Amino acid sequence: MLLVVEQFLNGLQFGLLLFLLAAGLTLVFGIMDLVNLAHGSLYMMGAYFAATFAAWTGSFLLGALLALGATLILGIVLEMSALRHLYGRDHLDHVLATFGLILFFNEAVRLIWGPAGLALPLPAWLTVPVPILPGIHYPAYRLAIIVVALLVALLLYLGVMRTRIGMLIRAGASNREMIGALGINIKLLYTLVFGLGAALAGLAGLMQAPILTVQIGMGENILILAFVIIVIGGIGSIRGAFLAAIFVGMIDTLGRAFLPNLLRQVLSGAAASTAAPALSSMLIYLLMAIVLVVRPEGLFPANRR
Amino acid sequence: MKSLTVSKAVTALMLAGLVLLPLYSQLAGNVFILTLFTRIVILALAAASLNLIMGFGGMMSFGHAAYLGIGGYAVGMLAQEGVGSGFIQFPVALAASALYALVIGALSLRTRGVYFIMITLAFAQMAYYVASGLARYGGDDGLTVYKRSDFSGLINLGNRTQFYYLCLACLFGVLFLIWRIVNSRFGLVVQGLRSNEQRMQAIGFPAKRYKLVCFVISGMMCGLAGALLANNTDFISPAVMYWTRSGDLMVMVILGGMGTLFGPVMGAVVFLLLEEFLSQITEYWALIMGPLLLLIVLFGRGGIMGLLGRFNRG
Repeated sequence: MLLVVEQFLNGLQFGLLLFLLAAGLTLVFGIMDLVNLAHGSLYMMGAYFAATFAAWTGSFLLGALLALGATLILGIVLEMSALRHLYGRDHLDHVLATFGLILFFNEAVRLIWGPAGLALPLPAWLTVPVPILPGIHYPAYRLAIIVVALLVALLLYLGVMRTRIGMLIRAGASNREMIGALGINIKLLYTLVFGLGAALAGLAGLMQAPILTVQIGMGENILILAFVIIVIGGIGSIRGAFLAAIFVGMIDTLGRAFLPNLLRQVLSGAAASTAAPALSSMLIYLLMAIVLVVRPEGLFPANRR
Repeated sequence: MKSLTVSKAVTALMLAGLVLLPLYSQLAGNVFILTLFTRIVILALAAASLNLIMGFGGMMSFGHAAYLGIGGYAVGMLAQEGVGSGFIQFPVALAASALYALVIGALSLRTRGVYFIMITLAFAQMAYYVASGLARYGGDDGLTVYKRSDFSGLINLGNRTQFYYLCLACLFGVLFLIWRIVNSRFGLVVQGLRSNEQRMQAIGFPAKRYKLVCFVISGMMCGLAGALLANNTDFISPAVMYWTRSGDLMVMVILGGMGTLFGPVMGAVVFLLLEEFLSQITEYWALIMGPLLLLIVLFGRGGIMGLLGRFNRG
């Protein structure tokens, strides 16, 4: 029972983290029609910034805040210097150009921070276990991730659905040419949206940093997961990204936690413990394949809200 | 007409260089260059196969490295099980690639555009995780191929020069095949589908079937490259199928010129030589390579082949 609750919360936490990443990706994709493979690099940069700033300032929170700002600025600079020129190009061009950016970022990080990973230690008040149910404790930091991510998701929802900028973003997602024709400064809007997406990716990265080590290439695996999520959820749909992210986070975490035991019932111990991680990693891609085959547009396509 | 001659001259020069390379390696006593170019030729073969579906068929596969792994694992696993004959290993590699292409093609071709890019990527990642889970065949760490494919005296893969020429012959054979396919009725239909699928369907061509056949042919060609690659490195690991490898293949195709016969070969040669060259001047070669890719996308439309054409036109 304890294990089930704990893994369930872990799944939720991972799913919410994935949502932060996928939300930026799906916004950028839905509005600018840009496939940004370098989104994972922004996630990585968020983690590296946080580790560096936290070490400088000696405060985790201050470091995180500075890192958030730094990723936002980095995103805006990136958009204005490189990605802006890719709008309206073929998707293949996007894939190639942002693939180049991944190479660049990985190498730049290796040059600046060295090939060894960094650690982002948590302050003492975040490491204590918190009782959530009678007899069940859960790490405070993971709980904090859940709370922060839910808060951001709520803010994002309110921002997109209830504010003027959000209205422009939604309008941009459904018809780009039209809002340009209506006199909206699309260039600025695009830059803002990209910066927002970058900051969300940075937030995900810096929050994940204390749990995993901060290392080169950390953004790549999770980027693919984020892509899987937006494809399952329907490209451009924040609601779809949210639901799909929770779903994928759960499947991945619960699969990793319980598949080995399940497999051990049918396979020998050694075979099960090697096959299980591969199988649980596969589950998500299998899910995506099924969704694409049954509903090629994703579960919640943006233009049919 | 004049523009054709420049790119033709450069292509001919490159092909002649590839043919004469072992001679140079022998004369200069430079063994390394032969090993390097064997790898280049094999990856050029993989890039050419990707070009068939991407350039001519308009199917943007982001999971082509999976075939490299499948072909390689077919060789490695059979060798591990004591089947060393190339006459069995290579056909099995091709058949396995074809089967994989048939299954994922039938599913993926239901989608298009970005969704197609993503679903091929997802399937390749699945293949990657399957390979990582193969405990008997090394799992994550990969599998050493202790003995290269044995063609019972016909050709000795252990001999560098012979192996190089085998790879080169495979490359030329595949390029010839692609040339024949592209200019056949079948190839014209596939290219028509790239331009306007609805119209082709309205004329009465079964679009999906044509695309699927093209997809399978391309997969088999890349599986051949995989079988050669495993022989070249004497080693096969899941890393060969990782999605960045698929990205590399895409880069080669686009760098050289998508939809041209020799473009991908050119792309592979330039990309891998550039990688080699840059990594010799600086450890941080990707720092230059990354932005270079960006610049190529932004300004170099049509890749090297397009550039050669433009250069001549003035």
